[in-house]
Amino acid sequence: MSDVEEAITRVHHDEWARVVASLTRRFGDLDIAEEAAAEAFASAVQRWPADGVPPNPGAWLTTTAVRKAIDRIRRENKRDDKHKEAQMVYDNSPAEPLGAIDDDRLRLIFTCCHPALAMEARVALTLRMLGGLTVPEIARAFLVPATTVEQRITRAKAKIKAARIPYRVPSAEDLPGRVSGVLAVLYLVFNEGYLATGPDTDPVRHDLTAEAIRLTRLIRALLPQDGEVAGLLGLMLLTEARRTARVSASGELVTLDQQDRGAWDEALIAEGHRLVRERLAAAAAGVAPGRYQILAAINAVHTSARDIRDTDWSQVIALYDQLVHLDSSPIVALNRAIAVAELDGPEVALAAVDRLEDKLAGYHAYHATRADLLRRLGHSEQSRAAYDKAIELAGNTAQTANLARRRDQLR
Amino acid sequence: MQYLVSVIDDKSNPGSTDRQPAISAFNERLIAEGYWVFAGGLADTTAATVIDNRGEHAVFSDGPFVESKEYLAGVWVWEAPDLDVALKLATEASKVCDRKVEVRPFL
Repeated sequence: MSDVEEAITRVHHDEWARVVASLTRRFGDLDIAEEAAAEAFASAVQRWPADGVPPNPGAWLTTTAVRKAIDRIRRENKRDDKHKEAQMVYDNSPAEPLGAIDDDRLRLIFTCCHPALAMEARVALTLRMLGGLTVPEIARAFLVPATTVEQRITRAKAKIKAARIPYRVPSAEDLPGRVSGVLAVLYLVFNEGYLATGPDTDPVRHDLTAEAIRLTRLIRALLPQDGEVAGLLGLMLLTEARRTARVSASGELVTLDQQDRGAWDEALIAEGHRLVRERLAAAAAGVAPGRYQILAAINAVHTSARDIRDTDWSQVIALYDQLVHLDSSPIVALNRAIAVAELDGPEVALAAVDRLEDKLAGYHAYHATRADLLRRLGHSEQSRAAYDKAIELAGNTAQTANLARRRDQLR
Repeated sequence: MQYLVSVIDDKSNPGSTDRQPAISAFNERLIAEGYWVFAGGLADTTAATVIDNRGEHAVFSDGPFVESKEYLAGVWVWEAPDLDVALKLATEASKVCDRKVEVRPFL
């Protein structure tokens, strides 16, 4: 890649959301903002190789995009009156005293992740408007046709306009709920990257995990006081740190106990641990940790251990106990049982897992966990049946390979 | 911006019938705070008549235009600056009338 191409890629990463957000505020229309931003970047691709990268690329792009937007509005000048009518509600009052920076990007995030939009629409809109991913890129990431993604984005934009979903940071009272809605979108993007569901995709989609981390960092910069934002970022970093150790050269999933811990990314782990320590200090001062903070802390315990035996399992279980209070889902109970197996043995764990059958019979990890526990207890036949069931339900190629090998090793 | 707020009841699992005092109090508040445009409860769907005069003769038929388990039991029209305000009120409205509500913007 040439220097100019690299510069354009970097500027696209750094400035896309800012350009879209400031145009949305100026023109009160997501459509115009998105199209003008895309045209401005296309101009950059055309002109920067010859003219050189401008000294302030962000300002150049915003100015160019504003000009493109005005051109479009003039071209469709009949639309002008309609356009005024359809302007988004923009709240000009200063941000609430939350320590939040008054940044247009923050308004954009809350609009894209609005609870009145369907989850798929929120994901597509967030990746397009904030992440700057193209429609075909989003379509590839979620294994759906580009026309489907286009439709989701178009419908979401139409609803935002018609129902008057506002362009503003929610009030202090509504903020925690709305932030948690934003984090749910980002966590979904991250998880789809971390454990891609399709049988025909790469087992780990680094593009998606990286994008989720980038957007979470952005929100962290915009809402530095929010504990759950810090928790989610920590959780993602500590998970991402293990990415290269998680899939073997032959494309098989490597479970935590088998991973080469020397291959973990130390810088990401250090950053994740710093975030967890920050939240532990807040917890010590009496701020109850949320779900992502507890999950991050669990991952901090894992990434602090030299090997699986060195892991402080009682600490892991204590954290899961805390999590169960916040989230009574059977998946949390399943993960707790996996930790219990390390501390109290597979028999105790199996009893706990078997109690989840009603709720998790259709979930591959339930059967995979049972299979491992049964194998450790020497019940080969039952173990084999459980592996078969897990393989049938798992969608991830690396995971299927790992399960098949474990099954075939049974005596 | 005006929003139509439809109150949806469920024939097989109807909401409680003692909500009128709470709804009246909520309406008083809507009026005091400037959101209230209109409100009304509807008679049972069996009292509905559908008229189709698109052809040569008007055709009357007894009953609602669509038979369903869930049906429209009442409506509000609210004036609200944006969807966030409308959704907040609708969240309270659902509790107050012990039924689902749908918020839909007017054009």
